[in-house]
Amino acid sequence: MNATPSSSDFILQVEHLSMKFGGLVAIGDLSFQARRGEITALIGPNGAGKTTVFNCITGFYKPTEGMITLNKRDGSTYLLERLPNHEIPARANVARTFQNIRLFSGMTLLENLLVAQHNKLMKASGYTFLGLFGFPSYRQASAESIELARHWLEKANLVDRADDPAGDLPYGAQRRLEIARAMCTGPELLCLDEPAAGLNPRESAALNELLMDIKNSTSILLIEHDMSVVMQISDHVVVLEYGRKISDGSPQTVRTDPRVIAAYLGVDDEEVQEVLVEVGDEDVIEQLDTGPDSVHGPGNSASMMVGPVSDTVEHADEGERVTVSKGASKAAQVDARAASIAGKPQSAAKPATKSSTAKAAPKKPAAKETASKPTAGKPGGRK
Amino acid sequence: MAATVSSERDDVVPPIQRALREGLYAGAIALGLFVLFIGLRTDQNISNELILVQRWLLLALVVIATAIGRFVYVGYAQPAMERAKAEKAKAPAAVAEPGFVRQNFNKIGIVVLLLYPIAMVLAFGFQGSLKWVDNFGIQILIYVMLAWGLNIVVGLAGLLDLGYVAFYAVGAYAYALLGTHFGLSFWILLPAAGCMAAFWGVMLGFPVLRLRGDYLAIVTLAFGEIIRLVIINWREVTNGSAGISGIPKVSFFGLMSFNVSDPNYIAKVLHIAQSGAYYKIFLYYLILALCFLTAFVTIRLRRLPVGRAWEALREDEIACRSLGINTTTTKLTAFATGAMFGGFAGSFFAARQGFVSPESFVFLESAIILAIVVLGGMGSLGGIAVAALVMIGGTEILRELGFLKVVFGPDFTPELYRMLLFGMAMVIVMLWKPRGFVGSREPTAFLKERRAVSGSFTKEGHG
Repeated sequence: MNATPSSSDFILQVEHLSMKFGGLVAIGDLSFQARRGEITALIGPNGAGKTTVFNCITGFYKPTEGMITLNKRDGSTYLLERLPNHEIPARANVARTFQNIRLFSGMTLLENLLVAQHNKLMKASGYTFLGLFGFPSYRQASAESIELARHWLEKANLVDRADDPAGDLPYGAQRRLEIARAMCTGPELLCLDEPAAGLNPRESAALNELLMDIKNSTSILLIEHDMSVVMQISDHVVVLEYGRKISDGSPQTVRTDPRVIAAYLGVDDEEVQEVLVEVGDEDVIEQLDTGPDSVHGPGNSASMMVGPVSDTVEHADEGERVTVSKGASKAAQVDARAASIAGKPQSAAKPATKSSTAKAAPKKPAAKETASKPTAGKPGGRK
Repeated sequence: MAATVSSERDDVVPPIQRALREGLYAGAIALGLFVLFIGLRTDQNISNELILVQRWLLLALVVIATAIGRFVYVGYAQPAMERAKAEKAKAPAAVAEPGFVRQNFNKIGIVVLLLYPIAMVLAFGFQGSLKWVDNFGIQILIYVMLAWGLNIVVGLAGLLDLGYVAFYAVGAYAYALLGTHFGLSFWILLPAAGCMAAFWGVMLGFPVLRLRGDYLAIVTLAFGEIIRLVIINWREVTNGSAGISGIPKVSFFGLMSFNVSDPNYIAKVLHIAQSGAYYKIFLYYLILALCFLTAFVTIRLRRLPVGRAWEALREDEIACRSLGINTTTTKLTAFATGAMFGGFAGSFFAARQGFVSPESFVFLESAIILAIVVLGGMGSLGGIAVAALVMIGGTEILRELGFLKVVFGPDFTPELYRMLLFGMAMVIVMLWKPRGFVGSREPTAFLKERRAVSGSFTKEGHG
């Protein structure tokens, strides 16, 4: 985002989005934009809060804080966090698919796509009353909706099975059908939650083709684990870790970003120790401390593979406030390491991690004690 | 290990020997079970003392019957069934063209329903046809209509409603009260009763929007009871459990009346002999017309977006919301539409009986209507009509079990076994067809050809 384009260039602007469940911060102060006509991918390790972001955008959750703006092509603007759930697809034209496929399995493929055109048909049928008496205007709208459904069935390569129940389709075809169904609502923004999950390489390639085709008319927001899909088709990648943005940019820049690599692969414990020794600064050591306080469980290893995610969230005593422990975020460690090498540990913290360190600051004294040198040395020793 | 050995031995022994052994076992088990139930019976003698009657002969008969039954089943019936199965598997899988009856089921059904009263009159005369037209025809059709109304809520929208009889009661009391107090005609009150029931459907719908499954069922059950208790206790208006009598009869669209004392009594106008059967036959065609209306509206609605949204709601509510469907209004319209048909049926019921009391609107009625919907196959109109015929017609026909007295002696009262037989029949039907008579679903639109969707894909709904 070097240049400052006008806001209408962005179809979706997420600003300072936070979502808390009780004490758990699923998303903390997330801001990103999705450009019109592009595929924006949202990636991150398991539990990073990607699906929560989707649920906030599509109205299934009401965000605790923040603003989600959708700019439609005709210039109208919607604040998605204020719209009721069902009006987001109906009025703001945002459609979505689900991580675990949600088709109407007892209805045929065609019916699935007709249900997606509910609001349009509802108006055409005079809110049922005209349709009940068989007015020709409804019959025409009905024929048009079947044509649209056939169009998307052809795109999804499912037209041969149009009259089969959706539950009878193989997995990959169900994924394509769900996308076709979302497209039948006539969206400007299509949110896809892991569309390639569980697909074999051939199905995955077919999916890429379909998405590239959709991209011509509709902007896409994509959650994906399959890096081949992300790197091939997305124009812009946003990386989340523990509900915070750690990287944002083109697929190439993101791929080489050390913080992203650390988030996915973890940081070597030796590296962490090396930094600690090099710096020797107690404050930095505290900042780099890998573990949540020992009162709340183990997990003071730097490797991401060691502890379950729940171990990385620590419960402070002051009220409901809970933060992700400083050491949990691998990206933060990378930042701190870079900073320590630069010799200016505190001021050099990157903006992306600022919030995490700031929130973690009011720690209770007990935690502070355990976070001092001897404990910090532990992970290396244990290894 | 021991089990496998014994099963191998089972295969080796000839079936007759095995049958003999199993028959003996069954007899022994029956003896153990029934020795106290049947063999001994407590009774009073003439001076009110408790005495023990010994019925060893009856016990022996039961035990022998059980043993022989098991012997025949294992020895002859089972091998025969297996043979038949093997032959069926061997035979080429010829896709049997559905028979003439099955292909034209709906047409034949409609024709039979239209001709039914005429046939009854021809067969039994005016007076003799009363029972067949009223007790069977009208009674069954009322339940068909109620079940088709409930089918919209349960079968299409997947919202389990255990208090459907409340709307039936609202319709019946709406007609009974407005008809007796203000003398309004049935033809005005029929839509009014429907509207009132629909209103209460929405009233029920609002609080239960967030509930699903079992919780929804409990609340609707409570709603049904609330309506009934209000009717019982609001004496000033509803006359409590004494009920309302003297409900005006339906007129022939205001042209002719069915009251003998009226100047425009049908027999006087048409110069025919007096008979009570005219009114019953008229009522029969009236409820038939109402049923056709229900079916027509249901079939139409299924092809409209609102009907598809109901079915989609049954399949997956979250997906519905993600497609921009307002699930609140969709649920409310389902409740309202279903309740409206319940209200129609209720006002017809009041007109037919001439008397309503809270007795007619107990929970058992809701349960029977729901049982008809489930037995018929949720969502299928034809299956539900057949289920209503079997359930209501079946319980009625079981009243005619007089011939059993010949078999079991004059002390035997077949009416007592009516519900037992009925329950057994239901269990058997549900074992044989777990998704009801018609388990498949007719799609509402098709691109190339209409193929029924197998019941294994459709969901029952969860709330």
